[in-house]
Amino acid sequence: MHPAPSVIIFTTLSGLGFGLLFWLGIGLPPVTGWVAFVFFAIAFALAAGGLMVSTFHLGHPERALKAFTQWRSSWLSREGICAVAALATMGLYAIGAVFLGATWRPVGIIGAVLSLGTVFTTSMIYAQLRSVPRWNSWLTPALFLSLGLSGGALLAGQTAIAAPLLAVAATVQLAAWQKGDTALQRSGSTMASATGLGGIGEVRAFEPPHTGTNYLLREFVHVVGRRHSRRLRVIAFALAFVVPLLLLFLPFSHALAGLAALAHLAGVACSRWLFFAEAEHVVGLYYGKRQPAPGAQPIS
Amino acid sequence: MTTLPDKTDRKMGLVIDLDTCVGCHACVISCKGWNTENYGAPLSDQDPYGSDPSGTFLNRVHSYEVQPEQGAAQLIHFPKSCLHCDDAPCVTVCPTGASYKRVEDGIVLVNESDCIGCGLCAWACPYGAREMDAAEGVMKKCTLCVDRIYNENLPEEDRVPACVRTCPAGARHFGDLGDPDSDVSRLSAERGGMDLMPEQGTKPVNKYLPPRPKDRIEDQIDVLAPLLEPIAADTGGFIGWLDKALSRLPGGTI
Ligand code: SF4
Ligand code: SF4
Ligand code: SF4
Repeated sequence: MHPAPSVIIFTTLSGLGFGLLFWLGIGLPPVTGWVAFVFFAIAFALAAGGLMVSTFHLGHPERALKAFTQWRSSWLSREGICAVAALATMGLYAIGAVFLGATWRPVGIIGAVLSLGTVFTTSMIYAQLRSVPRWNSWLTPALFLSLGLSGGALLAGQTAIAAPLLAVAATVQLAAWQKGDTALQRSGSTMASATGLGGIGEVRAFEPPHTGTNYLLREFVHVVGRRHSRRLRVIAFALAFVVPLLLLFLPFSHALAGLAALAHLAGVACSRWLFFAEAEHVVGLYYGKRQPAPGAQPIS
Repeated sequence: MTTLPDKTDRKMGLVIDLDTCVGCHACVISCKGWNTENYGAPLSDQDPYGSDPSGTFLNRVHSYEVQPEQGAAQLIHFPKSCLHCDDAPCVTVCPTGASYKRVEDGIVLVNESDCIGCGLCAWACPYGAREMDAAEGVMKKCTLCVDRIYNENLPEEDRVPACVRTCPAGARHFGDLGDPDSDVSRLSAERGGMDLMPEQGTKPVNKYLPPRPKDRIEDQIDVLAPLLEPIAADTGGFIGWLDKALSRLPGGTI
């Protein structure tokens, strides 16, 4: 899939933002007044900022309100509703915490659940797609949720919680890469099934339907070199998990905590780039782009 | 509403004969011609006369080479457009309700005035049957020429999809695949009509007829072939001398 910057920025930032809102909602840290203002400002900037960026890739952003109507079937619609509900509830909670010094616990809990729900609905937009076997797995929501929770804990300064959560997220990330590499193969979709011609013999793309490029090739057929992807995986893993974990074990200082959060953010962005760039849409099969050579390892 | 209907009254669709399609792309052109000036936004082109042309098409023809275990490779032309799936994933993912499947005939359509151009439906379609128009920012897809098939202003023979009407090889057939007695259903049953990527669970309405088994041509290319064997085995006389003399020159073959 084409790794569109708007979608990468959106899912990375809003995942982190809603993760932070979750922890603030359940009162970790139990902040009020000016401190609360700073925390909520960061959380809202990330969450709402990410959401706004996501509208940049729409063909008709002015009709975005219509996207709230189809929650019965559409994860994208559910995400929109969940995000607005989470921001509104946490907004109310923030007003109490910042201006009245009050802790409205039930409001905070509801807001926390909705914030987590937003991360989950985002992940389901990808996980539901059978056409992209790499995403079509429970590991996709597991990855988004564990990253949101651990990144949020990191931003919330909850070192004791952040360390084990980062370890969990790192494990899920490794599993997602490992499973993802064979997902297309396991899906059963091949050039033979795509064309229905496999019964005759081995199918080879002879001539594409068009001499130039098109929307399908631009959007869905992005091939990352194996070496390139391995290198990026190492960078993503080091930045998102290893560096923050090491920094967490040093004596606490705000500078180090900030550095840990920044490294994590960069690592998650890198992992998100790979999440899109490595995902093989089965339409590539029609262009002969996703067929592993006989006996070769699948493209990853 | 982007939930799918439990069932549709009819299942209008295409049966495409991979045995007869000659890969002329006439259906591609007639599709673009009709659909760029009728239902919905035009099908735009970007840089059409420049060095990097691209554009929106609702029907595209691939060509595949299939190598059987024995015998010559076969070239198969493969037209692909929306299959108007019964279990259309493109419809249920749409957040706005712009994508829908009609109860009366099963046609999958996009209401362009509701489409926000998020592109998710094209992600969900395994077949690459939806293309976002770069000029309009809305999703385009095959409408099964919904503005032709019921159009009483057209003569009756024109009330079929443009691609079907134009195909010079008779490789495209249109009808109700929900009625087991319709011509298209009987044709598909007789010829072993198949679904594309059945493992994706989309339950396509459109069927593809596999190429018929080919004659074996390896043994004899043509009945006249024996007559084309070279007959001048011995080269005597003037021609023979000339041939030898020329061969002896520098660069000759002997
Ligand atoms: S072919 Fe693609 S666009 Fe058409 S109904 Fe099926 S999934 Fe939807
Ligand atoms: S691009 Fe348009 S039709 Fe497709 S899912 Fe988005 S809003 Fe629906
Ligand atoms: S017009 Fe008919 S023969 Fe020509 S490419 Fe289309 S289906 Fe094949």
